[in-house]
Order: sequence, then structure tokens, then C-alpha cells
Amino acid sequence: MNSVASMAKVELKGVKKRFGKKVVLDGLDLTIERGQSLVVIGGSGTGKSVMIKCVLGILRPDAGEIYVDGQEVTRLSGRARDAYLRKFGMLFQGAALFDSLPVWENVAFGLIQGRGMGRKQAREIAFEKLAKVGLGPDVGALSPSELSGGMQKRVGLARAIAADPEIIFFDEPTTGLDPIMSDIINDLIVATRSTGTTALSITHDLVSARKIADRIAMLYKGKIIWDGPTAEIDHSGNPYVDQFIHGRATGPIKMEVKA
Amino acid sequence: MNVFAHVGRATIGLLREVGRLSVFTADAVTSFVRPPIYWSLVAKQIMRIGYNSLPVVGLTAFFTGGVLALQIYIGTARYGAEQFVPTVVLIGILRELGPVIAGLMVAGRVAAAIAAELGTMRVTEQIDALTTLATRPIKYLVVPRLMAALISMPILVGIADCIGVAGGYVAATQSLGFTGSIYLSTTVQALNHADVISGLIKAVVFGFLIALMGTYNGFHSKGGAQGVGAATTNAVVSASILILASNYVLTNIFNFFNF
Repeated sequence: MNSVASMAKVELKGVKKRFGKKVVLDGLDLTIERGQSLVVIGGSGTGKSVMIKCVLGILRPDAGEIYVDGQEVTRLSGRARDAYLRKFGMLFQGAALFDSLPVWENVAFGLIQGRGMGRKQAREIAFEKLAKVGLGPDVGALSPSELSGGMQKRVGLARAIAADPEIIFFDEPTTGLDPIMSDIINDLIVATRSTGTTALSITHDLVSARKIADRIAMLYKGKIIWDGPTAEIDHSGNPYVDQFIHGRATGPIKMEVKA
Repeated sequence: MNVFAHVGRATIGLLREVGRLSVFTADAVTSFVRPPIYWSLVAKQIMRIGYNSLPVVGLTAFFTGGVLALQIYIGTARYGAEQFVPTVVLIGILRELGPVIAGLMVAGRVAAAIAAELGTMRVTEQIDALTTLATRPIKYLVVPRLMAALISMPILVGIADCIGVAGGYVAATQSLGFTGSIYLSTTVQALNHADVISGLIKAVVFGFLIALMGTYNGFHSKGGAQGVGAATTNAVVSASILILASNYVLTNIFNFFNF
């Protein structure tokens, strides 16, 4: 049996998920090593978000197994599931901040509600994390609706790292942001990984992927069709990957457009 | 179009919805007794569901009581039985109109608000974010609203009963020539604990149905603004129908036990 140190941090084996007749994940296999930053690229609707939601237990796969630290997690429930979820932080595509709470409470939410920490201590940590993502204490009292898209992403990032999770998921971290703000977010993501956190990001943004990834995998039609070090993506020899990274309309990837 | 296929699909869809609602209800009800209970959220929801509904419930109860007195007077005057107006108004308000009118008003105001709030949280991934922060959405979002509705509705109905009777009193004394003291003494003499309790039992059931329909439809809303709109409409329509249907069933049960 493998020791914990040598086993993969996250491993998906033959994961399948369909919604009605639409097959989204079709036997997906993927491994993320401890402390690694993996970026999954792929077109819209290829199942990238569904994959992450399956790992987090938000969606239950129809078939297949998901291991985190060697533990099969698809059937977890109750307190075991709560304990499992404490390993994770997640930055959502639209930040998904709670409208009803001020910014600092958004950041401190997982500490107060998920871990039972006192409000005073959680507040201090929240302001510390906000400072880490370049936001001053004045932002803490604001409502999420008063923030720009880029600031919301930063608050989302502060919330994702608030509890120093072992694994962080980034769902389209730079989508909808201008190039400069995208680069700031990329830098922040790289900085959050200085403590050896394992990261899984999904994006269309190749600039972002090249900056934050140790390894890149491409998802197409519910399966990983290429997986390799970031430096090798330009020489993958895979026509699907080539078409995607060069943004060509012609090639083996056909967009399903109804006339 | 094959009629049988159409009917079959509709039946399967209905059964699926009933099954999903049953699972949701069971999950919510069993969560009542499992810690943690978010008492601060319960208190906040009591303010929203109960206190903020007072004006609309009070006004409708007042005018309903007044109209009831006027209409009953027309009926009883035909037989020279006008002296029964206070008694019939009292029974009508306590047993039927107090709980039903309050239920329908709260359904329109609260079920819609709950469905819109939770629906927006669903489509903006805030509910998924709760899960990733190791907080169970059912416990954090659904249970406080259900508890608040169960506590608020009997209080609201009690107040609506008093205001409704007062409405009848005002109409009877101002428009029908009743003497105030006689009207009041007749009302007090006619007061029966079974009338009060049966109305309050209905209030508890209606409160549960209102919060359940609001949370269920909001929790399962799909798509964007259109999905939230549909969830809001469904919440109000289903809560209103269930209030009227359960009112019929409860009245039959009370009649069966001579209560």
C-alpha cells in the first residue's frame, strides 16, 4: 500500500456524469499530485465545472471513483463530509459572495460557520487575508454589491484561502476581467500556492493557464485527451490541443452550432 | 404527437417532482433536531416573515372582518336573526378567514421573497459556495426559515383574529346599528377555545407549507433571471393551493373529531 506522502492528492477514476441524455463526463481519469498546480482547459460546456462539483460533492457522479488523500469520497455524508470539505477552498467564476453579508463576514464565513471559530478571531484573520489580496480594511465593511468585478474576485480569493485549505479550486479565475486585473489575480493565485497548497484551476484563458500551472490537461467530450507539463503544451502533438491553444475555428473540434 | 407518450412523460415528471419534494422535506425536518441550529438566523427570519407581514395581514384581516359582518347581516336579517352576527363573525374569523387570509397574504409576500432570494443564491452559485465552506445549505438556509414560519404564523393569525373581530365590530356598530357593548359581550360569550385552537393549528400547518414551498422552489431554481422568476411564481401558486387544500382537509378532520 502506498504511503500518504506518495499517494496522489486528488484522483478521479472513470468518473461519469450525465444530465438527461447529455453526457458531460464520460469516464474521466485525472490525477493531481500533492502540492501541484493543475490547470484543466477546454471549451465551454465540456464539463470542467461539473468535474470540480463532483469532487466537492455538490454533484454526485453516476459512476466512477474519486479519491482525496487516498479516501474514496463520492459517498461521504454527515460529519465525515463536513470534515472532508474543510480541506478545500474554492474561488467561483462569479465569486459567489453572499449578498446578505459584508465583505469581511464573507471572508470569515468558513471560519465561523464551518469551523466554529469566534467572530473576533475570524474577523482578524479575514482582514489579514483581505490584505494578502491587496484590499484594505475599509473594504471589509462594504457590501459585495458595492465592489467591482475584480474586487469581488479578490474577496472570493481571500475567502478561498481564509482557512488555509490543503486544496484550492479556481473556477475560471480570470474570466470577465481586464488583462491587468487578470494578471493581478494570476499573481495572487501563484502567491497562495507558496505554502505548498494543491491547486486545480479550470479556465479558457491560456495566458492564465501558462502562468499558474505546473501541468495542463485538456478536457474534451467528457474525457482528458491530453495531459502534460505546461512547457510542453505548445508541442503536444495533439491536434485538438493545438486547435484550442491557437484558437482556430477549423480543426478536429467542431462547435455544436444549430442552424 | 403520441398522446400516451405525452401523458406518460407528464406522469413521470410529476412523480419525480413529488419524490424530490419528499426528500427535501424529510431532509429539512430531520435537520430540525440535528445541531447546529442557527438561532440568530431564526430570529432574523421571524422579523422578516412575522413582524414585516403584520401591516398587510392586519389590514386584510380588518377589512375581511368588516365585510364578513356586513354580508352575514344580509343573510341573517332575512330570518330576523341579526343577533347572531357577532357569533358568526367570530367563528368565521377564528376558524377560517383569520388563518386562510393571513396564510394567503404571507404566501404572496413571504414565499415569493424566500424563493427569489434562494433562487438568486442558487443561480449565482452562493448555495454551492456554502457547501464548499463546510456549511450545509439546508441547515443554514432552509431550517431557519421553516422554524421562523412555524413560530410566526400562529402569532400572526392570533393578531389577525383580533383585528378581524375588531373589523366586524367597527362595521356592525358604524353601519349596522349594533350597540358596541352588546356586540362585544356577545362576542366574548361566543368565544370557544376549540375555535381558537383549530385556527392556530391551521396557522402552524400553513406556515410550514409557505416556508417549504418558498425554500423548495428557490433551492431548485435553474437558469438565470427567468428561472428565478419561475421559482417565485411556483412558490406562490403552490403555497396558495396547498393552503386551500390543507384547509379543507384540516376542517374535515376537526369536524370528524367534533373539534
